[in-house]
Amino acid sequence: MLTAATIGTILVVAGTITYFQYFAKRRLIISTTTSLYDTGLLEEIEKNYEATHNVDINIISAGTGIAIQHAQNGDADVILVHSPSMEKTFLEQGYGLNRKIIAYNFFTIVGPDADPARISRRNATEAFKSIVAYGESLSDQSGQTKVWVSRGDNSGTHSKEQSLWKAAGYNYTLISAEPWYASVGSGMGDTLNIANQKSAYTLSDIGTYLKFWKEGTISLTALLIEEKSLLNVYSVMAVNQTVPANQTLHSQINYVDAMEFIHYLVSDETQQFIENYGKTDYGQSLFYGAVQPLRDNAPQPLVKWIQDSAFFDGYECPPQYRNGYPELYT
Amino acid sequence: MVDILEGIAKAIQLIITGDPTLYGIVYRSLFFSGIAVLLAMLWGTPIAMLIGLRDFRGKTIIKGFFNSLIGIPTVVLGLVLYLVFSKGGPLGFLQLLYTPGAIILGEAVLVTPILISIATTAIEAVDPEIMNLAKTLGASESQAAIAVLKEAINGVLLSNIASFNRAIAELGVALLVGGNIAGLTDILTTAISRYTQRGELDLAIALGIILMVIVFLINMIIITARKAKMLFTLGRSPQ
Repeated sequence: MLTAATIGTILVVAGTITYFQYFAKRRLIISTTTSLYDTGLLEEIEKNYEATHNVDINIISAGTGIAIQHAQNGDADVILVHSPSMEKTFLEQGYGLNRKIIAYNFFTIVGPDADPARISRRNATEAFKSIVAYGESLSDQSGQTKVWVSRGDNSGTHSKEQSLWKAAGYNYTLISAEPWYASVGSGMGDTLNIANQKSAYTLSDIGTYLKFWKEGTISLTALLIEEKSLLNVYSVMAVNQTVPANQTLHSQINYVDAMEFIHYLVSDETQQFIENYGKTDYGQSLFYGAVQPLRDNAPQPLVKWIQDSAFFDGYECPPQYRNGYPELYT
Repeated sequence: MVDILEGIAKAIQLIITGDPTLYGIVYRSLFFSGIAVLLAMLWGTPIAMLIGLRDFRGKTIIKGFFNSLIGIPTVVLGLVLYLVFSKGGPLGFLQLLYTPGAIILGEAVLVTPILISIATTAIEAVDPEIMNLAKTLGASESQAAIAVLKEAINGVLLSNIASFNRAIAELGVALLVGGNIAGLTDILTTAISRYTQRGELDLAIALGIILMVIVFLINMIIITARKAKMLFTLGRSPQ
């Protein structure tokens, strides 16, 4: 009885594993921020890539914080993220290699059409001050009425929100404890839905916002204009196979395919594809390619903005964090 | 806000036209849960037999242990399994994280307590005389055990159905160890979560309808079976 069960168990496990191994192509696991995934851009890139490469791309969509965590555990081969400060730590700790800035767009504060805090067309600092003033002026301070909804999930957007509060002169810990402040610990889509439901304000990347707005899921309005402090820079990094601290952990990383994918992302065709994505549906680009303007060192202020907010020691990837592939940085 | 009726209409259209994305997800859900229950059955039934047929010290504690694990939050189990399957974890060398195998093993572990608990109750409810009778008639220990299992078959089947129900409706394990990768490890529950989050509500509603139909059918089977007194053994307490 027991023997039969043991043999049966082994057969089923072995059979299942063989079944999946048999069908499996080489895997490239990409851990990514929700905005690139929820807008559908990354899936389109995946389709194009898989059509021409013999690789199975597996996308894990989570916030930047979780994406970085996955990579540190050796559970991802490539990360696509948008939080320069977290990226810097990631590189310094030896986990990431060959960073390339691939795209940018802008964050915006979205809120109810009536705009009760009157933040429309103001800059980010003024907008945050108005929101605080409005929150404090509410008669209901029981925590039932929410004015601000935060991702609260350690994502790139959440980290941007924290730095914007700081730039506006607030202590984030104190602000997040205010009764009118809601932290939802969820992706951008969920956060937008919640803000919509509560007629509250939230910080969103423009891409996810436009997709939800266009589909009629939310009726919030984008209230801020594009400015330097709201710049949102996306970059890609390969996960290091040889982390000095832990050799065995990362030996299975698919570095070769990761680098091929990075080359694909920075190629002219893909950059053009990113720029065109969603243009017909939304009337504007959701993301803009960053490779060409940075390579040309174009005189427009945008290049300076990217360099100021997302470069480390004057480089998009300082030389000590590069490994081969010099053509990426010429 | 999205028109709910319009969403349902579009969802039904997706179901009728046989949308490949939709049916891929349904297929994976059924397949993963099915194999998971098969696995749990293979290692759970012998354990249930041991607990149900033998008297030993600590039997109550062991039964209580499995009973309390029935309600384990799937997301907690998912977290534990993520740490186990992660490349730095004890089973990282198997490279199972974010593969169907991880979901199948995870769901098998998840449903094991429910399977063992129901099967044990069914086995205990069998008249102990049957075991003795079989032995008197010259059956070996394992042949006698099989005779008991035959008597308890309805309860054992119910344990499998209930396990399948739990496996197909759970979210936490599949999300954390499967990674919700489109076309590979997304199943009904995780895909509903993804499409809702992405604002693609038609697909989410369609998947929701299918999941509800599956769960409803399973429960109908259980209820009908109970009514037909097929599963009378469950109502009776042991001894």
